[in-house]
Amino acid sequence: MKTSIPTLCALALGVAAVAASPATAAGDEDLAAIRQEMKSLRGDYESKIRELERRLKKAEARADKSEAAAKNVSAAAAENPVPAQPMADALPPPPQPPAAPRAAASANAFNPAISAILNGSYTASRRDPALARVPGFVLGDEAGLADRGFSLGESEVAITASVDPYFLANLIVSLGNDDSIAVEEAYIQSTNLPWGFTAKLGRFFSGVGYLNEKHAHAWDFVDAPLPYRALLGNQYGDDGIEVRWLAPTDFFLEFGAEWYRGDSFPAGNGEDNGAGTIAAFVHSGGDIDDSSSFLAGLSFLHTKALDRDTGGDLFTGTDGLGIASLVYKWSPNGNPTVTNLVVNGEYFFGHEDGTFNGVPVDTDRSGFYVQGVYQFMPHWRFGLRYAELETDAPPALLAGSALDDFGHTPQSLSALLEYDTSEFGRFRVQYTLDDADLQTDSQITAAYTVSIGSHGAHRF
Amino acid sequence: MRKLIFAAFLSSVAFAGNAQAALNVFACEPEWGALASEIGGDKVSVYTATTGAQDPHQIQARPSLIAKARNADIAVCTGAELEIGWLPLIAQQSANAKLLPGQRGYFEASSFVQLLEVPTRLDRAEGDVHAAGNPHIQTDARNILLIAKPLSERFAELDPPNAAAYAAHYADFAKRWNAALAKWSAEAAPLKGVPIAVQHAGWVYLFNWLGLKQVVVLEAKPGVPASSGYLAQVLDTLAHQPAKMVIRAAYQDGRASEFVAERVKIPVVVLPFTVGGTDEAKDLFSLYDDTIKRLKDAVKP
Repeated sequence: MKTSIPTLCALALGVAAVAASPATAAGDEDLAAIRQEMKSLRGDYESKIRELERRLKKAEARADKSEAAAKNVSAAAAENPVPAQPMADALPPPPQPPAAPRAAASANAFNPAISAILNGSYTASRRDPALARVPGFVLGDEAGLADRGFSLGESEVAITASVDPYFLANLIVSLGNDDSIAVEEAYIQSTNLPWGFTAKLGRFFSGVGYLNEKHAHAWDFVDAPLPYRALLGNQYGDDGIEVRWLAPTDFFLEFGAEWYRGDSFPAGNGEDNGAGTIAAFVHSGGDIDDSSSFLAGLSFLHTKALDRDTGGDLFTGTDGLGIASLVYKWSPNGNPTVTNLVVNGEYFFGHEDGTFNGVPVDTDRSGFYVQGVYQFMPHWRFGLRYAELETDAPPALLAGSALDDFGHTPQSLSALLEYDTSEFGRFRVQYTLDDADLQTDSQITAAYTVSIGSHGAHRF
Repeated sequence: MRKLIFAAFLSSVAFAGNAQAALNVFACEPEWGALASEIGGDKVSVYTATTGAQDPHQIQARPSLIAKARNADIAVCTGAELEIGWLPLIAQQSANAKLLPGQRGYFEASSFVQLLEVPTRLDRAEGDVHAAGNPHIQTDARNILLIAKPLSERFAELDPPNAAAYAAHYADFAKRWNAALAKWSAEAAPLKGVPIAVQHAGWVYLFNWLGLKQVVVLEAKPGVPASSGYLAQVLDTLAHQPAKMVIRAAYQDGRASEFVAERVKIPVVVLPFTVGGTDEAKDLFSLYDDTIKRLKDAVKP
């Protein structure tokens, strides 16, 4: 009851704004196009005249050097945007404005920007990763550990372009190492809404938390921290709608609301006409001084599940998850090229309420991770990460089930060493002392991640 | 409590941007911030997104930049892909359609001058190459004037009531700038033909202007720090073609240039590169005063 009002408001706002903008802008658009054309015609004409004038001046200069030089100085001071030749004739000519605006002429000029992310890894672990559990927590499909030995990670192909003056579209397809193809993200996003609004429709990663929205290849560590694995199935992405509003404040203040189909873990088999999951978040941040800046966030994700199946366990009910995030970045005078430091941490607090294999459950869960990555010299980074999870003891009927933590607190400690050949090529080695399961495991992963093509910038 | 939060929110809205200014300018680099102030005067409020201590290729889309871009009427940037790693994300995340490429609120300085070093081969194996040409156009002071005029016209277009003021500011600036150009060419006369080694190929416009001669670049590929093997080649080149100095921008790591300078016994000259790059480069005029002074100090016997 409480949650449906903001959702409806957000949706209505998004839909209304999306519907309104193209209609009002259509007339202006034509006018603008005509104006633009006239301007470019005029520009061509003017530049030709300027070119002729310049040649004339040169000829005059040759005829009578001293007189022309005097004339040049006075003319330039008054009107001419081209400065007078400042030095003797032996020097190269002064810079000129280009004769005509640069233009792309080929038929494929409208091709979208295409990029690909390739990665691969080698993993060795003490225990069989297929048997890995996190006692007290059921895991989504994506939340397993990496296979042993060499494996090709998920390769990603991203295609993005403007649709028209009002939207851009983005498609990211991931190719799994088992030759499966999955649509990771496919959405359209507004580019022209007024008052600081942005709307997104389709499939995308939720804006909750800090790491969730980033693609896995942009994470500092090779894998997701323990709370993301256990509570969000690595990363929450689903089909839905998102509306964001950036406040017109001097510091960064952004609000977002999302409404999802509810098919991805921790949701499942979307209830409520296939729209049972909502999320809301607020992000704020700024610079502390020239060298450091921060981003803080508070997010809430409410998911519904109907017979959600995780390894044969069925859950029906709701899951509420709050996330408090903080990111701090430092680099000397704001120049990260030589050394820089990124520290971030997130605290998760959740509540699951429903029936687990037919037994009523009402469980509080929490967890956190904190990590720091330091670039100690160009190309080289070193990082540490610690993560922990906590859950209530299950009802007596579920003793020994996946929800039983056996009094164990899942923890994991990771160390990372990274060498980058450039911003497009990363080589990482990560060691994890994994105490998530009842028996301690250790894993070591060496991975490469490269990006080719017109890869867009990464978020803060 | 709720009232208090609301009041705080409203007051922060009111202080976002200068209330008196007609145009809020988001300048990507300090030189364009300084130029926007010259042309806009008290009619504009200028926020400069980067400092002289930062590498303009390597800026993060920080929350503070997104907040400032949200309220901007115009972004004044170099273009030519210099800001490709951060500006598109800021324009998108700030939800400010005015600043998107192609809009009148996106002013690309590099489209008003002739770009040099347009690459014939586009491949990341060549390092940090810019498809449109070398974007470091501000190192030639004559380019500033070529950009000042269209900037004043763009300001006038976006803010017609103050068009006369922008035109007057431009005329005044052009007069002062032409006088300064004449002064700088006289001062820089002894620099003509002086051979120079550079750390990053960011000075072609400066050399074109003052007639300096680039002998060698300390980066094998643009933006890729040199390996020791390549530096050995550089030393070899400098043994045959001696240079008078190694120059680098204030924001660049000094190790490669110091390594080379120490071995061939020539000075390292740190140039401001942009306004604020050195303590002396306080505005556009002192930027070139300081650049020429530092170069001349190094060639003095």
